[in-house]
Amino acid sequence: MGKPTKVTNRIRALRFAAGEMTQADLADRVGVTRQTIIAIEQGRYSPSLEMAFQIARAFNVPLDDVFDYPKEK
Amino acid sequence: MPFEEKMTWVNAVVAVVVPIAYFAIVLGRLGEVSAADIAYQRPLLIAIGASVVLTIVGSILAGIGTGISAELRGRRAADDIDRKDERDVRISRHGDLIGFYVSSVGMVGVLALTMLEYEYFWIASALYLSFVVGTLVASVVKIASYHRGF
Repeated sequence: MGKPTKVTNRIRALRFAAGEMTQADLADRVGVTRQTIIAIEQGRYSPSLEMAFQIARAFNVPLDDVFDYPKEK
Repeated sequence: MPFEEKMTWVNAVVAVVVPIAYFAIVLGRLGEVSAADIAYQRPLLIAIGASVVLTIVGSILAGIGTGISAELRGRRAADDIDRKDERDVRISRHGDLIGFYVSSVGMVGVLALTMLEYEYFWIASALYLSFVVGTLVASVVKIASYHRGF
């Protein structure tokens, strides 16, 4: 609880690139609450693989274009 | 605020208000009669019933509030009330698990009171306290998870 995830994402940038799609619009497309989208965007929640794919599909981009996981040093 | 979080707030408020009223009533009688003679059964049953009723009323009010809020924003009320996603489920499970641990510790205390042959009043009160504290802790963990991240 409260531990930030190592997974980073470009959801905010992708939303703006997609005609300034709102968090509510994205939430409706994915079928989650707006608060969950906010939590993911802010790195406070790591979505399941299924939800990650749904988010990528909402932007019509591959998963790697939305989420990134840093390599171990 | 997601509907599930509103419901968590309802549970938290009920888990605080009802036990306070119950213990204020029954513990107030301790000065007049001994623990063995306290008629705790009726207040305890009323407290349990009140918790159920208040939770139902709270959920109805939360539903109405969420529905009005959704309509004002031009959304379908059902979109906001029915929508429960994987994060809600995970947070709920996490909170319930912590609440279960807390209740379990309380149950050990109840067992100890039983083995030491304390009055039924103390055993019943400790049992009730274990349940409500577990519920309250579960609600607090869930609310913290919604706000601090999960």
